[in-house]
Amino acid sequence: MSDVLKTAGEEVQGESKIKEIIRREIGQVLALGSLVVLFAFFSIMRPVFYSWANVSNGILMSTTVTGLLAIGITFVIITGGIDLSIGTGTALCAIMVGKLVVAWHLNLAGGVIVGVVVGGLLGVVNGILITLLKLPPFIATLATMKAAQGLALIISQMRPIHFADGVKGWDQIAQGNLIPQIPNGVTILFVGATIASIILNRTVLGRYTFAIGSNSEATKLSGVKVDRWLIAIYALCGIYVGLAAVMLTSRLGSAQPDLGLGYELEAIAAVIIGGTSILGGKGSIRGTIIGALIMSVLINGLRILELQQEWQYVVVGIVIIFAVWSDNVRRRRAGDVS
Amino acid sequence: MATAQLLSLSGVSKEFPGVKALNNVHFDLNKGEVHALVGENGAGKSTLMKILSGIYKKDTGEITYQGNHVNVSSPIEAHHLGISIIHQELNLMPHLTVAENIFIGREDRKKVRPFLNKTMQNKAAAALLAELSLNLDPKTLVGDLTIAKQQMVEIAKAVSYRGEVIIMDEPTSSLTPAETESLFAIIRTLKAAGKGVVYISHRLEELEQISDRITVIRDGEYVKTLNTKETNIPEVISLMVGRTVDQDQRPDVRPMNSDVVLKVEGISTRNLLKDVSFELKRGEILGFAGLMGSGRTELARALIGADPKTDGKVFLKGQEVKIKSPSDAVEAGIGYLSEDRKRFGLLLIQNVTFNVILASIPGFTKFGFVKSGPAAGIARDAIAQLKIRTPSEKQLVKNLSGGNQQKVVIAKWLTRNCDILIFDEPTRGIDVGAKDEIYKLLTKLASEGKSIIMISSELPEVLRMSDRIAVMCEGRLTGIIDNKDADQPTIMQYATKYRD
Repeated sequence: MSDVLKTAGEEVQGESKIKEIIRREIGQVLALGSLVVLFAFFSIMRPVFYSWANVSNGILMSTTVTGLLAIGITFVIITGGIDLSIGTGTALCAIMVGKLVVAWHLNLAGGVIVGVVVGGLLGVVNGILITLLKLPPFIATLATMKAAQGLALIISQMRPIHFADGVKGWDQIAQGNLIPQIPNGVTILFVGATIASIILNRTVLGRYTFAIGSNSEATKLSGVKVDRWLIAIYALCGIYVGLAAVMLTSRLGSAQPDLGLGYELEAIAAVIIGGTSILGGKGSIRGTIIGALIMSVLINGLRILELQQEWQYVVVGIVIIFAVWSDNVRRRRAGDVS
Repeated sequence: MATAQLLSLSGVSKEFPGVKALNNVHFDLNKGEVHALVGENGAGKSTLMKILSGIYKKDTGEITYQGNHVNVSSPIEAHHLGISIIHQELNLMPHLTVAENIFIGREDRKKVRPFLNKTMQNKAAAALLAELSLNLDPKTLVGDLTIAKQQMVEIAKAVSYRGEVIIMDEPTSSLTPAETESLFAIIRTLKAAGKGVVYISHRLEELEQISDRITVIRDGEYVKTLNTKETNIPEVISLMVGRTVDQDQRPDVRPMNSDVVLKVEGISTRNLLKDVSFELKRGEILGFAGLMGSGRTELARALIGADPKTDGKVFLKGQEVKIKSPSDAVEAGIGYLSEDRKRFGLLLIQNVTFNVILASIPGFTKFGFVKSGPAAGIARDAIAQLKIRTPSEKQLVKNLSGGNQQKVVIAKWLTRNCDILIFDEPTRGIDVGAKDEIYKLLTKLASEGKSIIMISSELPEVLRMSDRIAVMCEGRLTGIIDNKDADQPTIMQYATKYRD
């Protein structure tokens, strides 16, 4: 699923084509390489690491929530923006889903719709604050982050909401196996990523996401209604927040009002490791998924190596620095200076 | 005048991925000399100067400075050697004062270590400004100065390093004639003090006044070094482009259609524009002349809805249209090509195709999906039609030269099928050869029935291109003259009409 306009008319000579793709996507090739190396390293150190049980439940399943959040925020970051509200937004969506599913006796689909609608609305609010009120994205979403945190606590009256008595099979959304051996959460993550990748690379919304992040003023003067598209992009991010919330509640069997804060930073880290530029205009969903997997493999592997949690954090910090630094060095070597 | 050699570059080559930017280029500079470096955009002037000032590393070649081989590996090293550069885009901090800008990075902290000694700094700056006969207060915020004054601050800053070599990249591109004169006075002062000045400019007529020698480079290759006294502008131009270009031209008289395409009535804005009215005919090029700050760009921006109007009506083919945002203007078929292409026209980090279709993406979609084949096809057509020099439609726009970037913006509006095009300084920062191509393109567009508003500060350009010339002064339209009745003095009269 590569960038449609970059690959457009790519009927160039066969052998140089692969080279060209590698040269252009070198950042992702390197990220994928690091993922493989990390995986091999932990597998050699502890063979239990590559058992399917660990891979599916330990690594892939634990990527679902931050992975979905990272997919959503990739769009926002490519526009040159940021969304700090996705973490506590997850908590707010989870609580709303829990409340309404229990109160209205909703079925599974109804619950998912609630999550997506609440997340989407949160995104619309962010978009309106950023475009109509012209608040910087960092400030606007810092505000909604705090507001969402508070609302989640208020609505839940600071108590977790359990699904067991509300709706049958809620746990199956993430933990069932529609495809044998593969937890649904993992399937949903990859389907969500594929859809996002198609949206980003092949649709009008995706083109405008890149255009706004490259130069929003020029985009506006080209007749694009930048404000409306930005609201749509933040709403799309919010929809992924809603999905992430559904996955979280399904895995836990409950909605926790205080679970979510900090997820936004995990998601942003995954996006950055995946090679998306924090300055906007460049990025990919594939990179984000690789970035999210690198984080999960690292955390899971270090845990299996019995490294203390405190030290795990330090290692993750170093990895982020290394990922972004090596990307910068590579770009500078390629003469890609702005 | 001493002719001791100060600096010499020999056999300098530099390659960027896919582009040979410089190939075996020579350049030297004597003490007390102004040596002009000219060439078309993309010829490699800026690359050469960036190598000299330590921003880029050369691949091959040697730099000799004051008799020693040097390797300028960073801008800091260049400063230590005594080489300063004034970039085309000013690098000043608008929220700091003149003095703070001049001494940034070298603040005097002798007395109490962590604290700045502002008084000393201001005194030093005042002395420096006086030395250069610049009438500036060191305590003014740079953001409050005009572009011309900011340029002077850059020069003072470069001089303050007390270096031997000062490189000026297009220093006059935003200066008025009077301001250019005072810049030349400063350059002569520097010359008298034995400094060497490398002078890059597209305004060739200036070179006769200020330069001692002229070096021409073309497509990254060294062409020739001439003594200014022994050459003339046409010779320089023909060396730059590799052929001869006619300088003082008027448009062919085109059969003028009398259909009024656009009618503007009484446009005013809060700050500047007052009651501006004019008509634009089908197939016409209407030039807008005027001094800096006369309100031409502001008129264009108000017209396309980029800035709010306080009053005024716009009629398209007799129908009133409400244009409240750029998207309304584009919907009405009005395309605006800003004087600052990089900021307002292009997605520099995206490829040619993306830029070409930017204003017409919905036209390339089916059910919200962008059809990549037709998009690339239209970009290839545009490349062929407008002769955009690029390896392919997949090239990133930031790697193209100014003239080719301008063509990409033109392609964007042609793809959108705009009938009215507003060109704001269409050839700013574009070299002579490419200028000629842009002129031909404008004429062709007009003869095909497009209506063009062309804002330009270069009178020869206005006279060469426009069917009629509208002149503005201090936010008012002071006159519209037919080309046959217009000459430079007449235009200047209208342009200064509301002045005291």
